[in-house]
Amino acid sequence: MRSLRAIGKIPGEIASWLGERFELEDSVMAVLRHPVPRDLERPIGWWYVLGSATLGIFVMQVVTGVGLAMTYVPAPNSAYDSLQFISHDATLGGVVRGMHYFGAGAMVVLVLAHMTQVYLFGAFKFPREANWLTGSLLLLATLAMAFTGQLLRWDQDAFWSIVVAAEQAARAPLIGNWLASLVVAGSNVGGATLTRFYATHVFLIPAAIFGLIGMHLYLVVKRGISEPPVPGIPVDPPTYRARYAEMLHRGIPFWPDAAWRDAVIATAAVVVVVVLAAIFGAPQLGKPPDPTNVVADPRPDWYFLGYFAILALIPPATESIVIIGLPLFAFVFLFLVPLLWPDGERHWSRRPAAIAAVALPLIAYASLTVAGIASPWVPKLEGGALPAGVTQGLSDSARRGADLFLSKACFACHAIEGAGGRRGPDLSHVATHLNRDQITARIATGGGGMPAFAGSVTPSELDDLTTFLLTRK
Amino acid sequence: MTRRRFLSRLTVMLTAIIGALVGLPILGYLLAPLFRAPPDELVPVGAIADFPVGETKLVSVRDPSPLAWAGQTADTALWVRRREQSGPQMFQIFNVNCTHLGCPVNWQAGAKLFLCPCHGGVYYSDGTVAGGPPPRPLFEREWQVSGDRLLVRQQPLPTVKQG
Repeated sequence: MRSLRAIGKIPGEIASWLGERFELEDSVMAVLRHPVPRDLERPIGWWYVLGSATLGIFVMQVVTGVGLAMTYVPAPNSAYDSLQFISHDATLGGVVRGMHYFGAGAMVVLVLAHMTQVYLFGAFKFPREANWLTGSLLLLATLAMAFTGQLLRWDQDAFWSIVVAAEQAARAPLIGNWLASLVVAGSNVGGATLTRFYATHVFLIPAAIFGLIGMHLYLVVKRGISEPPVPGIPVDPPTYRARYAEMLHRGIPFWPDAAWRDAVIATAAVVVVVVLAAIFGAPQLGKPPDPTNVVADPRPDWYFLGYFAILALIPPATESIVIIGLPLFAFVFLFLVPLLWPDGERHWSRRPAAIAAVALPLIAYASLTVAGIASPWVPKLEGGALPAGVTQGLSDSARRGADLFLSKACFACHAIEGAGGRRGPDLSHVATHLNRDQITARIATGGGGMPAFAGSVTPSELDDLTTFLLTRK
Repeated sequence: MTRRRFLSRLTVMLTAIIGALVGLPILGYLLAPLFRAPPDELVPVGAIADFPVGETKLVSVRDPSPLAWAGQTADTALWVRRREQSGPQMFQIFNVNCTHLGCPVNWQAGAKLFLCPCHGGVYYSDGTVAGGPPPRPLFEREWQVSGDRLLVRQQPLPTVKQG
């Protein structure tokens, strides 16, 4: 019994020996126990956990990413097969890939949530501007990881996404073509493209992220965690540091008084991701990448759908400006935030413009995401049929017209009673507002985004089509 | 100059030299492929008899010297339109890439239109824009007839700028 108790003491003794030799007490432990404002003991402390949750998910991304890299083959002729193997044959492969996939979404969501909290609490103000700047770079790196990761999926969507990315890069002034060849690593998407995206995704950007997290955490400790904002107490740079130092005299140690909340939420985040991965597994791969298969509709993962929708909805003339200018503006603005507003009121209730600056882009992006999911601008190419109710009891001419409606691809852009594309107007009741001459003219000459069909439809076919459409009252 | 100042300058300089010695070769290695001359050679598309007059067909051509691991990415799809029996107007060969953002366009034989699945760009059979966001007609490729074979010139990924 006594010897068992002695054995039980061994781990503790090893720990204290290591702690003494490494002198952890005045380095790591001192950092962990750095004082934070006493207010964080109150429930408002729950708002201060999002950064740690992001860090927790990031560590999970590193671990699952290393695991995937042990099996993934970053060569164009093998990548797809190795992913199929990971997803379906490797033990727990689907779960690990699923964790990496849902973890990517969690990273994007948590980084943005963390930034929103910091912004609304005015925590980016003096003297924590550099915290915000390194954080903005981390957002950029996170988005770059999300994008390059989707391309490593190397299915039909990924292949065409690279083409689209190169075409977008080519819109940049002066260096556009050079950027495009940088994206595809040469003059075309080919053998060199995937290995570069792979090295970028697993070495380059992660190295940058590690460095930036180091700086970010250094600054968090050096500058101290911001006190919860109080309406009517603005940041006054000349006096702030003394006031904050005074506050820390009555502070609490971060470890464990505040850290436990971080641990709770980080655990919750990881649990959510692992449960999602266990239930849904890895995301489905599309068709294998085949440049000669032109049936493709590349769509990004859900968090990029809003940006995807912008490109379809803006007027073509403004496109180059939006493709290059909008992201550039967003990031320049992000970097300028702490430099333009380093002092003044911190509390969101005294900063209505800040609330608008969060709410408006959020609402706009959510609406764009909804539009991106529905994608009404995408023509319906895969064929289909008109509902039986539409074709019942038609005259011979109208019946031929209904067939032409499909074979002449009217169906690709126009819906009738719920069937068909939604790029053009719904024609379910077209005869209530257009007469025979107007319909004929519209089909023959097009206009307003519609092609002219005069060259591809004979006069009698045009007659049949119009007869059919006139039944749509 | 004090001894200390000299030594600190020396150290910084040596570090910069290490940086250059490591950095220059790796930069050259990484950037060289970007400046390699774009492909410029004629590759076979098929027998002329395979292309009936008035039809538009999808063909695939293969990069004549791909990287060994390129797999299917060494293939490129093209739309070949046979306009006439013979002569300089005989063929029109289009890149499949929509001039909007590069997605592959689909030929709808019934409607005689190319439709793009991404943002709904539409082109007539001669490649001119019929509707949607594309800023210019489909990119065309230079072609040649050699005996009974049709040849096409290889090209880098076309962008609105290069076109």
